[in-house]
Amino acid sequence: MVIRRLLEQMGNEVIAPLRPSQRTLDLGVRYSPEFACLPYKLVTGTYIESLERGADTILTSGGVGPCRAGLYAPMHEAILKDLGYDFEIIIIEPPSRGIGDIYRKLQKLNADKLSWLALLGLVREGWAKVKALDDLERLSHYVRPREIEKRSTTRVYQKTLSWMAEANSIKEIKEAHEAGVAALKGIPQDPERDILKIGIVGEIYVVLEPSANLELEEILGELGAEVDRSIFLTGWTMDNAVADAMRLTGGRSVKRAAKEYLPEMIGGHGQDSIGHTIIYAKDGFDGVIQLSPFTCIPEIVAMSILPKVSKDYDIPVLSIVLDEQTGKAGLTTRVEAFVDLLYRRRRQRLEAGI
Amino acid sequence: MGRPITVGIPRAFGFYLYYPMWKEFFEALGVRVVASSPTTREILDNGVRETVSDACVPLKLFHGHVQDLADKDVDYLFIPRLVNMARDAVFCPKFLGLPDMIRYSLDDLPPIIDVRIDLRKGKLEALKICYRVGSLFTKNIFKIYDAYNKSISKFGSFKDLVKKGIGLTDAMKILHGKGSETDFKHNGELTFAVLGYPYNIYDPYVSADVIGKLHNMGVNVITTEMIPDEVLNIDSPEFRKEAFWILSHRALKAAHYLFDTKSVDGIIHLTAFGCGPDFMVNKLIELEAKKRTHMPFMSLMIDEQTGDAGVLTRLQAFVDMVKLRKAGEKEGVAWNESSDLSLYGDVSHGYKTAARADG
Repeated sequence: MVIRRLLEQMGNEVIAPLRPSQRTLDLGVRYSPEFACLPYKLVTGTYIESLERGADTILTSGGVGPCRAGLYAPMHEAILKDLGYDFEIIIIEPPSRGIGDIYRKLQKLNADKLSWLALLGLVREGWAKVKALDDLERLSHYVRPREIEKRSTTRVYQKTLSWMAEANSIKEIKEAHEAGVAALKGIPQDPERDILKIGIVGEIYVVLEPSANLELEEILGELGAEVDRSIFLTGWTMDNAVADAMRLTGGRSVKRAAKEYLPEMIGGHGQDSIGHTIIYAKDGFDGVIQLSPFTCIPEIVAMSILPKVSKDYDIPVLSIVLDEQTGKAGLTTRVEAFVDLLYRRRRQRLEAGI
Repeated sequence: MGRPITVGIPRAFGFYLYYPMWKEFFEALGVRVVASSPTTREILDNGVRETVSDACVPLKLFHGHVQDLADKDVDYLFIPRLVNMARDAVFCPKFLGLPDMIRYSLDDLPPIIDVRIDLRKGKLEALKICYRVGSLFTKNIFKIYDAYNKSISKFGSFKDLVKKGIGLTDAMKILHGKGSETDFKHNGELTFAVLGYPYNIYDPYVSADVIGKLHNMGVNVITTEMIPDEVLNIDSPEFRKEAFWILSHRALKAAHYLFDTKSVDGIIHLTAFGCGPDFMVNKLIELEAKKRTHMPFMSLMIDEQTGDAGVLTRLQAFVDMVKLRKAGEKEGVAWNESSDLSLYGDVSHGYKTAARADG
């Protein structure tokens, strides 16, 4: 959404990807190698759908090891070209690998030849929007478990998203944000409710993309659990793109927490999953859910270590592996069981006076 | 003095590439080295039980071998954290987190020597690593230095043997005085390249002894390690970015080299179920094979259920196909490449589906 606006302003016609649907997934599954992870397949599907709708350039991000995702872009390119699509792919690498590279690539996209100042303004606007969106989402996580009428939060939240989509200047974004906050806060709530706190850790794509994790946050919220997600887009970008460029170690405290168990940067979010779990445990959360795409290596490493963390810090951890076969009903059942367990655990602890 | 200190090395992952070097190093320090037993059903089953179910076969196997060593009463386990052995490419994330996974998923283990091996840090790094490990056993710096030199030269002779076309495990046998070079020469009429990771290919249990089976069918086998280093190191213009993982990178390089030089009669890519990097390596080789129809190519996937007979059938079919094709070329019959490939494609697809149904 944010990127789209930026590119349109630069004089490109943008075909924003549709929200991944069953068809996206089917296409992705058909044209991806069998053992690719779910994010890979969804992205393949998304690319194909965009190309079908007439896109001739794909803008995507690169990355540097050791997670294989850094290689996905050239990989996608090879597969799609093999399928006979004709397009150009522009891969944005993290700034630490050379500003010049980004500059050249941006020039290519800058069809209207806007000045750098204008571009900077657009970036600021984009950033403001992402921040506002993250903020609204966080609020929805707070409100949802306390809502009196089921699904009212989700309904209002969808509405606030459409307001945000229409906001086209910093001022409008601010207004939309305020209106959104007011609307969410206006949802009738039950303050007396016994609310569980659950942290979500795992691989970024399945954690961030609701269609990949089957709206896990909604399921949890409606079961009466307040969700805290370890990764938000703004936080992640700060940690990985900006801090990398400035040679700061992003998300230092998380990595420090994980150090005892996994001293090595293994790529992806393996180390973060462990670090965040420890932090959640220290913050008194009731439980943690780890989301991982099938065959994701860093998360497998994390999964092998998490049971030990769970024992040492006395916090229940549920690891969920997502692939194209995962069904919503099955997921809901597992999550419900987990939530029941957490409620019981909390009651027992209350009775025991802990 | 009591019995010498023993260090156990699991027969998995890095074993196949570095065992002669590690063994020499420890023995020069007066430490006894024990490798875990060759893979058996029991070792694999033990590993499968202890590991996260999504993990790849070799990782499960590694857990099994560690268990085997723990039962053998060794004083230390040597599980180095292999990060980087040369240049920019690192090992797969599973290698990076290996000591941690072992430590937290198995109970009652002897102390683990989990020194971090990252040779990007400079020329002296290897020596420093040796010192860190060696100082556990002796205070004598000269002894460690001597052990370091000995292990490097051992690694050199190991590599020389392999580059002559002798398989990794055979080369180890020669180094340990069990046979000579001539014992391991094969003179088949065909030569195939078996690409993939040494810890899969050279474990006869896991790979259903692909190499032995091919030898029996009169096929010489070469693997990635036998291809000259210069080839494996040059940058690939075909692929925009360097592969991050050293072993994947090398398999890919080897494939390109073989496609270009046509120095073999066929290529088999052996891959393990659930291997993270391989889905990309395999796809890239496959795409390349599609462009170069002159080279027969097959990919073979193994997992903990792989049966001997299934692999044998596929290998036989592949060998027959290559022979037929060669005979055809000799008679000057124009080979219809597209039909050949689609036939193979269907066959492999059918097999995959069948395997799925069984599993």
